[in-house]
Amino acid sequence: MSAPHFLVHSPKDNVGVVVIEGLKAGTSMLGVITETDDTMKLKAKQDIPIGHKVALKPLKKGDTIVKYGEDIGKMVADAGVGEHVHTQNLKTKRW
Amino acid sequence: MATKARNGKSRRNLSFMGWRRENGRVGVRNHVILLPLDDLSNAACEAVANNIKGTMALPHAYGRLQFGADLDLHFRTLIGTGSNPNVAAVIVIGIEDGWTDRVVKGIAKTGKPVVGFGIEGHGDIAIIAKASYKAKEFVQWASEREREECGVDDLWVSTKCGESDTTTGLSSCPTVGNMYDKLIPKGIYGCFGETSEITGAEHIAKSRAVNARIGEKWMKVFQAYQDEVIEAHKVDDLSDSQPTKGNIAGGLTTIEEKALGNLEKIGRKCKYIEVLEPAEAPKAGPGLYYMDTSSAAAECVTLMAAAGYAIHTFPTGQGNIIGNPIVPVIKISGNPKTIRTMGEHIDVDVSGVLRRELTLDTAGDALIDMIIRTANGRLTAAEALGHREFVMTKLYRSA
Repeated sequence: MSAPHFLVHSPKDNVGVVVIEGLKAGTSMLGVITETDDTMKLKAKQDIPIGHKVALKPLKKGDTIVKYGEDIGKMVADAGVGEHVHTQNLKTKRW
Repeated sequence: MATKARNGKSRRNLSFMGWRRENGRVGVRNHVILLPLDDLSNAACEAVANNIKGTMALPHAYGRLQFGADLDLHFRTLIGTGSNPNVAAVIVIGIEDGWTDRVVKGIAKTGKPVVGFGIEGHGDIAIIAKASYKAKEFVQWASEREREECGVDDLWVSTKCGESDTTTGLSSCPTVGNMYDKLIPKGIYGCFGETSEITGAEHIAKSRAVNARIGEKWMKVFQAYQDEVIEAHKVDDLSDSQPTKGNIAGGLTTIEEKALGNLEKIGRKCKYIEVLEPAEAPKAGPGLYYMDTSSAAAECVTLMAAAGYAIHTFPTGQGNIIGNPIVPVIKISGNPKTIRTMGEHIDVDVSGVLRRELTLDTAGDALIDMIIRTANGRLTAAEALGHREFVMTKLYRSA
């Protein structure tokens, strides 16, 4: 198997993590769910830096983001599949 | 350069050559240290360390007008540092005799050679001369202590991560977790901490206690941090401080996401058996311990070293470069950019996990291999680069 473009911790997650440097919009990406070894394909809609998150599902403002199978915060702006999820659209629910 | 972890390579023999100290604990280094009681005594300690080769001064910023729990922690940290089995012998220098003797007596309980000198009534120059003669005697004595073969169960291995990003949660932190899942059942002592950076994963941390009583004890420590530190001092929400700017650059967005990655360090199977005060030595036998620490790297590693841990494992994403004067700090990173741009700071390269070339099982074996090599004397990147960050934790303002 060629090296994946992104990894996903749990099948419950709605975001993945880009694990290659210099990912460009339009790239057909291969993803692996590390818990199950299942693979998925996705098109990158934006340039996303290594280590940053990509939306696996259409995410609406107010949606809970799940990573490691756990709640890591809520969307404060929408993100489409293949778009970058970070501080511009995701915030903790705590503060 | 970092040792690249590869599949299909694992060490069967987990023994190593260490120094068994007078109290039975095993050290992996053989330091003779000059320990200042207070900030004023740094200059004399540094002068002695300059006179006598093979000794090392541990300068720090505190030790005057402290009181209560803060003073207790100061003494516990100094006595614990001198008592660490990586230290063969200690010279304590303080501005006056009373508190200097208190540190000397605390370290002397280990049975190792230790003497103290008070500067008042003598001056720096006379004390530097006296202490230098003693330091020469100690370092020549220490240089003839022989190593013996020790089992892996003689190792105390702590952990704390720094400059985390999303790659630490995917690769370097679970590598440490895999190591603990393998070595804790073999009888090592483990330790994790970072009370502040468990915020958002406290339900998971509580559930990893060995029983409900210890879980409740952990929750009290966590709640005290929330009430006494965060609620008492916050001026706005903490989203600009936690995650840090470096964490955010690395892709971490929320404190919950950071905390979940952090907890990957304790593996899948281990349960912590006790909750320790900062710098408190574990007394409940082999197993994994939780220590109430700051998440600042040097403070945390200094506290764990003072509790007696002899090797530290340090996962990093964006590239934290910390070391410790008496404890080798092994750096593990899975971030290919960090390996490429600052590889001289990394001991174990687990970036293969991100490419799916390397399993966590093999990455854990590679870390165990590096722990044994380090115990046998391999200098860590931080040791070779001269990183000796010794940072005392201060609980509140002095009187």
